[in-house]
Amino acid sequence: MTMKTPRGRLLAVLILLLAMSAVRTFTGADALTGSGAMGAALRLSVPIGLAALSGLWSERAGVVNLGIEGMMIIGTVCGAWAGHFYGVWAGVLAGALGGVIAGLLHAVVTVTFGVDQVVCGIAVNILAVGVARFLSVIAFSGLPGAGATQSPPVTGAIGTVSMPFLAGGWGTPDLLGRLEQSRWFLLSDVSGILRGFLHEVSWFTVLAVALIPVSFVVLWKTAFGLRLRSVGEHPAAADSLGVPVQRMRYYGVLVSGGLAGLGGAYLVTVSSTIYREGQTGGRGFIGLAAMIFGNWRPAGTAGGALLFGYADALQLREPSAVHVLLLLAAVLLWAAAIIFLRRRPRLLLTLALLGAAAFVLFQSTDSVPTQLIYATPYLVTLLVLVTVAQRLRMPACAGIPYRRGGA
Amino acid sequence: MSPRAPSLTRRMLSALTAPAFALLIALTVTTALLAAVGASPGRAYLTMLDFGLRPDSLVSAVNRSTIYFFAGLAVAVAFRMKLFNIGVEGQYRVAALFAAVVGASVNLPGPLHLAVVGLVAVLAGALWAGIAAVLKVWRGVSEVLSTLLLNYVATAVIAYLLADFFAAGSASGSTPELPPSARLPELDGLVSLFGLSLPPGAHLGGAALGAVVLGVAVHLMLTRTRYGYDLKASGLNPAAAHVHGIEPRRMILLTMLVSGGLAGLAGLPDLLGNTYSYGVDFPSGAGFTGIAVAMLGRNTPVGIALSALLFGFLERSALILDIQGLPKEIVTIMQGVIVISVVGAHEVVRRMEVRRAARLMREESVPVVTPEPVRPAT
Repeated sequence: MTMKTPRGRLLAVLILLLAMSAVRTFTGADALTGSGAMGAALRLSVPIGLAALSGLWSERAGVVNLGIEGMMIIGTVCGAWAGHFYGVWAGVLAGALGGVIAGLLHAVVTVTFGVDQVVCGIAVNILAVGVARFLSVIAFSGLPGAGATQSPPVTGAIGTVSMPFLAGGWGTPDLLGRLEQSRWFLLSDVSGILRGFLHEVSWFTVLAVALIPVSFVVLWKTAFGLRLRSVGEHPAAADSLGVPVQRMRYYGVLVSGGLAGLGGAYLVTVSSTIYREGQTGGRGFIGLAAMIFGNWRPAGTAGGALLFGYADALQLREPSAVHVLLLLAAVLLWAAAIIFLRRRPRLLLTLALLGAAAFVLFQSTDSVPTQLIYATPYLVTLLVLVTVAQRLRMPACAGIPYRRGGA
Repeated sequence: MSPRAPSLTRRMLSALTAPAFALLIALTVTTALLAAVGASPGRAYLTMLDFGLRPDSLVSAVNRSTIYFFAGLAVAVAFRMKLFNIGVEGQYRVAALFAAVVGASVNLPGPLHLAVVGLVAVLAGALWAGIAAVLKVWRGVSEVLSTLLLNYVATAVIAYLLADFFAAGSASGSTPELPPSARLPELDGLVSLFGLSLPPGAHLGGAALGAVVLGVAVHLMLTRTRYGYDLKASGLNPAAAHVHGIEPRRMILLTMLVSGGLAGLAGLPDLLGNTYSYGVDFPSGAGFTGIAVAMLGRNTPVGIALSALLFGFLERSALILDIQGLPKEIVTIMQGVIVISVVGAHEVVRRMEVRRAARLMREESVPVVTPEPVRPAT
């Protein structure tokens, strides 16, 4: 596919930007590329992205992790508890630790005991709901402003940072902000998008974004990463070369738990300042969807998370702009169809038809029902699975317990 | 040199070891938790038993367990051929919505009305599960992912349909109420046969009878029909099953439809015996509990019935804990621990049996030539 070469990727980004600014100019829906919506998209995509990275680490090591949701829940309750008593960064650390403990349970049951990984993941989710409620009753019910399902606010807040000169950090001029206001075609759109990513970004977000290249480097550029991935692709071969299969799988699942816990901690320290029951709202599963969308690769995974965060941000900030997304989808699908004109006629037809359907929907309706917007991330993921399922490549042995000698 | 079959008592023992072991671990964990928060575990368990064994509690537990039984059966049928239906949650809610809408809009005499409502629920559940089946057969999409994603799509679609069509005019956000002819009869007479007298307000729902009938039917389907055999064969060895003429695509499609249809029934005990309408506050979560119930029940109807009863009993008897100032979620923890330890224990037992079989083979065969070099112990 074109996305595999650097030139192809550049082309894809360019087409996306062009389409976005064209649609923005044509419809006047300024929120589409505004820095406000982009900033919100980034904030909303962080927990999804952390959950997706969590899934990536676990599945690359050959362990399917459906318990990410549960590990995030543990992260929220631990994060809120430590955040209230010992300050907000202690909450971040405690959230990650809580996730690691939940990950340890998943690792012991699936790696050591060889239990079916899907079953264990679901059991972890059930267990986590109970544990979180139990812990919150014990830890929070006596405190002022809290109850059985809600924690008191965390102490302090995580600071934000703006890029100097570009987005007005440390008293410097806000260059991108000014460009965004001028409403030029493409230039203002690019400025708006960039400013959204650079203006008043939480340090936690910086940390989370940094974890994407870190994961890439560790997993793809180090000996440790090679061993960890080999255990997910062909454990018997890895074993024959002296790679400690079970230990590598433990590492993968523990890191996975920690990342999921961090995602939970983000929810209680940045997204809000308290723990509430049901706060994770299925983000662990959306994260898995983002990971599949990204074909089990860090950059794609981050792109998937950002897409879901973007849809969510538009829906929250400006529901009317979501209707415009249909037009954007139509334009992008047609652009993709033109790119595949020569090589894959059947795909071309599918894409063109989908684009036409999106366009007809855009023309014949005034708004998208808010209840259905909620389904967007899941429908997009399903669409990705349907159109490129054969091209997606999950780690070959993810989901299969490994025993030496096959017993 | 006939293979030595394990005796009946041995088989029974090995079937019961794992659940007993799991219950023991779950009790240990919850005892530790209760002790850690300074409550007396013994007193907590005794109050739970005391409250849970009251006649009205037992009836309520049975009513609750019928929901889990249907959900568990749905998961189990699919799991027989190693298909994970994680979408029971979405399937039964979609089914309950359509059953509620159709049930309220037609007017038929009693039993026929119930039959129509049941049929609609089965069809709606099967269709919703059928999406995942088609995606798997047509494009090779893993059913674990698609059923999971479809749960969320179901939530959105249900909210949309309720708000814009089915409950557009209602203040409560629910579908119109079902007429009496579409409600399940109560089986209180059956209870009095056992010499129990129910306090006012407690009723044994008709779904319990339906669960027994359906359980027997599914048992017969799994053990006495061609389809049941094909299902088992496809689960144990898909390649061999295919060679023997069992078309895997047809089996996937059929099995997901059956599973979804069974899932569709899981919403009915509440819809036809409790709420009588579908609204935003319709009880949810039974789909995920159903997975746990199926795993605990080892995917057999009898096992699922027992574990559904256990889950229903635990949830009902936990209600007393809240009154005593203890978090009743201790029972959710118990359920999670039971599931993890029962699948873990089964895996351990399975490995022990594999090793035992290998030892028997070694002892019974004459070791003249060892065909393979002896492996170092692992």
